[in-house]
Amino acid sequence: MEIKVPELSLVVLIGVSGSGKSSFAKKLFKRTEILSSDECRALVSDDENNQASTNDAFDVLYYVAGKRLKNGLLTVVDATNVQKESRKGLIELARTYHCLPVAIVLDLSEKVCEERNLSRPDRNFGGHVIRQQNQQLKKSIRGLKDEGFRQIYILKSLEEVDSVLEIKREKLYNDKKCETGPFDIVGDVHGCFDELQELLSKLGYTINQVEVTDKNFGFNVIAPKSRKAIFVGDLVDRGPDSPSVLRLVMSMVNSGVAFCVPGNHDLKLQKYLNGKQVQLKHGLEVTVQQLENETSEFKKSVEQFLYSLISHYVFDDGRLVVAHAGLKEEMQGRGSGAVRSFCMYGETTGEIDEFGLPVRHNWAKEYRGKAKVVYGHTPVPEAEWLNRTIDIDTGCVFGGKLTALRYPEEELVSVKAKRVYCEPIKPLDFNESEYKLSSQQEYDDLLNIEDVTGKRIVQTRLRNNITIREENSIAALEVMSRFAINPKWLIYLPPTMSPCATSELPEFLEHPAQALNYYKKRGVEKIICEEKHMGSRAVLVICKDEATAIKRFGIENEGNGVCYTRTGRNFFNDSEIEKAFIARVNQCLTNTNFWDKFNTDWVCLDAELMPWSAKAQALLKDQYASVGSAAGGALPVVEQALQMALYRGVKDALPSLEKFVIKNKAIDKYVKAYQNYCWTVESIDDYKLAPFHILATEGEVHVDKTHEWHMTNIEEICQGDFKLFMATPYKIVDLKDQSSFDEAVQWWLDLTSKGGEGMVVKPYDFIAYGSDGLLQPAVKCRGSEYLRIIYGPEYDAPGNIDRLKNRGLSRKQSLALREFALGVEGLERFVNKEPLRRIHESVFGILALESEDVDPRL
Amino acid sequence: MILNITTTHKPATDLGYLLHKHPDKFQTFDLSVGKAHVFYPEKGEDKTTISLLLDIDPIDMVRGARNLGGDGFALGHYVNDRPYVASSFMSVALSKAFSSAMNGKCKEKPELVDVKLPFKVSIASIPAPKGGEILIRKFFEPLGYKVELKRHILDAKFPEWGDSNYFLLKLEHTITTKELLSHLYVLIPTLDNDKHYFVSENEIEKLLQKGEGWLKDHPEREQIIRRYLINLNSLSRQALERLSEGEEIENFIADPVEKTATEKKKETLHDKRIKLVAEKLVESGAARVLDLGCGEGKLIRQLLKQKQFTEIAGMDVSYNELLKAKERLHFDEMSPKQKERINLFQGSLTYRDKRLDGFDAVAVVEVIEHLDLNRLKSFERVLFEFAKPKTVILTTPNKEYNVMWEKLDAENMRHDDHRFEWTRNEFAEWANRIGKSYNYNVETFPIGDVEENIGAPSQMAIFKYGN
Repeated sequence: MEIKVPELSLVVLIGVSGSGKSSFAKKLFKRTEILSSDECRALVSDDENNQASTNDAFDVLYYVAGKRLKNGLLTVVDATNVQKESRKGLIELARTYHCLPVAIVLDLSEKVCEERNLSRPDRNFGGHVIRQQNQQLKKSIRGLKDEGFRQIYILKSLEEVDSVLEIKREKLYNDKKCETGPFDIVGDVHGCFDELQELLSKLGYTINQVEVTDKNFGFNVIAPKSRKAIFVGDLVDRGPDSPSVLRLVMSMVNSGVAFCVPGNHDLKLQKYLNGKQVQLKHGLEVTVQQLENETSEFKKSVEQFLYSLISHYVFDDGRLVVAHAGLKEEMQGRGSGAVRSFCMYGETTGEIDEFGLPVRHNWAKEYRGKAKVVYGHTPVPEAEWLNRTIDIDTGCVFGGKLTALRYPEEELVSVKAKRVYCEPIKPLDFNESEYKLSSQQEYDDLLNIEDVTGKRIVQTRLRNNITIREENSIAALEVMSRFAINPKWLIYLPPTMSPCATSELPEFLEHPAQALNYYKKRGVEKIICEEKHMGSRAVLVICKDEATAIKRFGIENEGNGVCYTRTGRNFFNDSEIEKAFIARVNQCLTNTNFWDKFNTDWVCLDAELMPWSAKAQALLKDQYASVGSAAGGALPVVEQALQMALYRGVKDALPSLEKFVIKNKAIDKYVKAYQNYCWTVESIDDYKLAPFHILATEGEVHVDKTHEWHMTNIEEICQGDFKLFMATPYKIVDLKDQSSFDEAVQWWLDLTSKGGEGMVVKPYDFIAYGSDGLLQPAVKCRGSEYLRIIYGPEYDAPGNIDRLKNRGLSRKQSLALREFALGVEGLERFVNKEPLRRIHESVFGILALESEDVDPRL
Repeated sequence: MILNITTTHKPATDLGYLLHKHPDKFQTFDLSVGKAHVFYPEKGEDKTTISLLLDIDPIDMVRGARNLGGDGFALGHYVNDRPYVASSFMSVALSKAFSSAMNGKCKEKPELVDVKLPFKVSIASIPAPKGGEILIRKFFEPLGYKVELKRHILDAKFPEWGDSNYFLLKLEHTITTKELLSHLYVLIPTLDNDKHYFVSENEIEKLLQKGEGWLKDHPEREQIIRRYLINLNSLSRQALERLSEGEEIENFIADPVEKTATEKKKETLHDKRIKLVAEKLVESGAARVLDLGCGEGKLIRQLLKQKQFTEIAGMDVSYNELLKAKERLHFDEMSPKQKERINLFQGSLTYRDKRLDGFDAVAVVEVIEHLDLNRLKSFERVLFEFAKPKTVILTTPNKEYNVMWEKLDAENMRHDDHRFEWTRNEFAEWANRIGKSYNYNVETFPIGDVEENIGAPSQMAIFKYGN
């Protein structure tokens, strides 16, 4: 006997004790697919025959079954299931998860079962139990279909049971995952035949009228190369020529150039044609009239065609779902009455709006699924993406337009309605204003806490899954909520940067040889050295004008740009200075023709903003200058006291005196080191802005460019405002060439001896890979004097530097890579116009990772 | 790092006997994070000076004590004033170098123990918090010292940065050696805001021992004890520190300086406000209540007393505050029935949050002014559009009243973290707009005593859903 079950189904085994259900299940299903009530009894009571634990055991069984079904896994329930009540719960469970319940009944003779039980010492219940179970079973069999089982198999003998060698798993009808497109998905047609023809031609389809055969209904449609059309349903009603639309679509579906899912209007027409009682309204009356002169044969074909339509399809390996009224994630690729009904009508709240129409619950607002959902049903003025869903019913029959979405290009193609065929009850274009926020922006106005809290796993293009631990997201939530700017501006946070490996030279903690060798050892031939400026990291998002801020970022009344720190805070505390600063940057970009050159209305720049004292004033005063002041107050006194003692003849004071003289000199150098990065700021001209990455512009994240590209393009920007902007000196190094290598080392020595912070070494390409995967996007090499600020004034004193050299970089490097991947991910998501929560997730992740415990001196 | 003690007692060389240190020797003691040296820069019949010099190893110090330093900034542990100042390390060194003298012993000349000698003490760099000069005087002067202070400038190149928190401290007194050393031992660390590196359980004993005979009569006794035993260590704040970019994390470093009259006044006002909010919540008839921005749970403690509230929830963005709230509520020791009533969770006012749904009443006490104005819109939607409780009780300061506070003019805010403060009109306007947009009836009230033309210190709005 052959048994077939849907790929995703809840298989309920039915049979009295001893009928061999467990052996049957073990023979035909995977071990993990079987949930046995006996095993659950054992789990909760250590005794698989303990009837007292039955309730607990079934709680476990239902819980696990629910999880499996939710995850789309076939599940077999191995319990007697001879009573209707016990099956009822299972049917409910299948319905909850929108999968099909299947019954397999082992209807064997009482004798066989009794013998089997007798042979098992643990099953010492009397024969009356089996007799009773058997009676219940017999009574049940007839009712299984009515109970809701979609497939029922009854095995009446041991031979029959043994004859089942395999259980065939069948794909669901809605599974078209192997169809990968490209597709042209067409919105609600509603009998608008002219517009449909025009749209299909515009999409490149050739429509020939041919004689009616078995295969077609009068049309032969040739699709452009390898493309297929998909209709989202509601082919009929209200419009001028539903029969022709049906003919065309039926021809296309029959010949395999199109798929079609049914709409609620199609379903109603099918019911009518099938002779069911339906009310002739909402445009059905028009269709019925149009069909009057058609042959009954045609009408029958229509009825059969509509009846055969599958509620929704899942295409392209699960990446695309098409359903008439859309479909929630948990229903996709599943089959149940509820799924079908959702596909047809969407979700309604039961309320009626001011136009007398049912209020629809906007499921798309809560959509979090991975698949893109294309649907129609509700006429909208413009098709717009919202959380990876798009409604392409642009109300052609109401005088709007007929729209198609090209997939995967995501290009919208429309033709205008020739006229208004039907007056809409609700006007189509209400709520339209000049700078209207898109549906996505309106939705994105508020982020959801569930998208950021707890342990999170963020998928990135560069480095797959990145885990954010809960304690880190706790810290990030506070910082993000209390200090960060409007999350709509916050499309990027810079990653942390690792220093190079520790130098082997006795007098250096960091030396360029290690920085260059990091890349050389990993097979990178060409690198770039950029001077590292000592200011504060600043990320700038600058829009061409305020309209862009609204249109592209959904931000109103917050100016046309922002400048923020590495933790997402406003760089400037004074909003007037900020405004003036943003205006200067904007003007400079305009001056240098940046907007046209990059074909963009906005840009995200990664930069260093100097002086250090501008942002870090508090830090400088409370920390750096304070240490200098405390030491400056004490060390001369110490020196004097020791000198006096020595003068008196206390010879043993000498080593201490020598030591404290060194300390005193170290403090002087330390104070000079930080003073180097401080100057007084009185106007915008006193700032120096040194951008080093043009991170993103409209449609592009410039991580596919080389750093030389970034540097030369930034040099051009700097031409526009010499006072504020500062081009970063850099050097391109050929690592195969020793002299080039040595020049880079000398360059660093020169830079740092003049008080420079040091340099950043990057691979020539923005993203570089070595044998062990993604490489550090940059490695810093800091100057000896600068390091006093980091490791303390006396870090290079004899005996100190050797101890400090014992430092590990692996955590820092791993962190840098994860943050880099998240940073690029956030930008790419923004450029791809993904929902804000997806961008915020990446940015939030970086902030969270920044709270990880890593030596801050690195 | 250096402490000089000079005496002009005749003969001044007695200092060597008193302190058990030979004037011609350079002596060294080991400390946990370095060394202490004792030597005499000058020795004479008329005047003798002994120096106690700390040579702290900055690298050892941060290695052993990474979790201990506390400047609200992660790198602070490494670039640190500790090696250069007189701090708790100095006390440790004092007790190590001069233990016999501190115990009132003098082997060679026991008769000197009880003699009051003329002493001058000079400490080159002593840190003192805000109002440091007053504090130093308050601590030393009641004991009879003549105090001379010179404040060090922060940075000579940038005089506009102002003064530092470090002083050259000179003391003069005629006193016994034991007394002098005990005073220094106890008082030096109290001037320091930083976590003391040696606070442990037997610290209280040490304090009582060294303070014997003078501390209990000191007018600043309480403050001295509090500051001596200062303990700011909390592991949970470290993650935050790393994110704070060196800016101060308020609330963490509870300012150990004595409260001013203004601060006391503000506290009373806050208690009044909490009481009023609790009353209004009772009046609203609510059973399930939520305190948004509950902080350490002052309001929640009030609400717990009312049987009417079957569910009391508190949300705060600061996890640390929530831990404090749990502690103050003695949450862990509560009976299961009590615990059931309380739910504390971390959340943010600017993210939509299902956990805020279904409450009868929500209190938002002195919270909105901590949001940037442009984020207020999100808060409005989170609370009034989505959580939609039947009653909202919201308070915020009245800006007009600021003229009544000491040292506050109309331009200044009451709190460093306030992003805005509203006049009575501005508040009423906002509240009414909220009412209109989200279908709430609005009433506003003053909180505290009303002054003519400027109103009360704080203000409240009660929003009732529906008409």
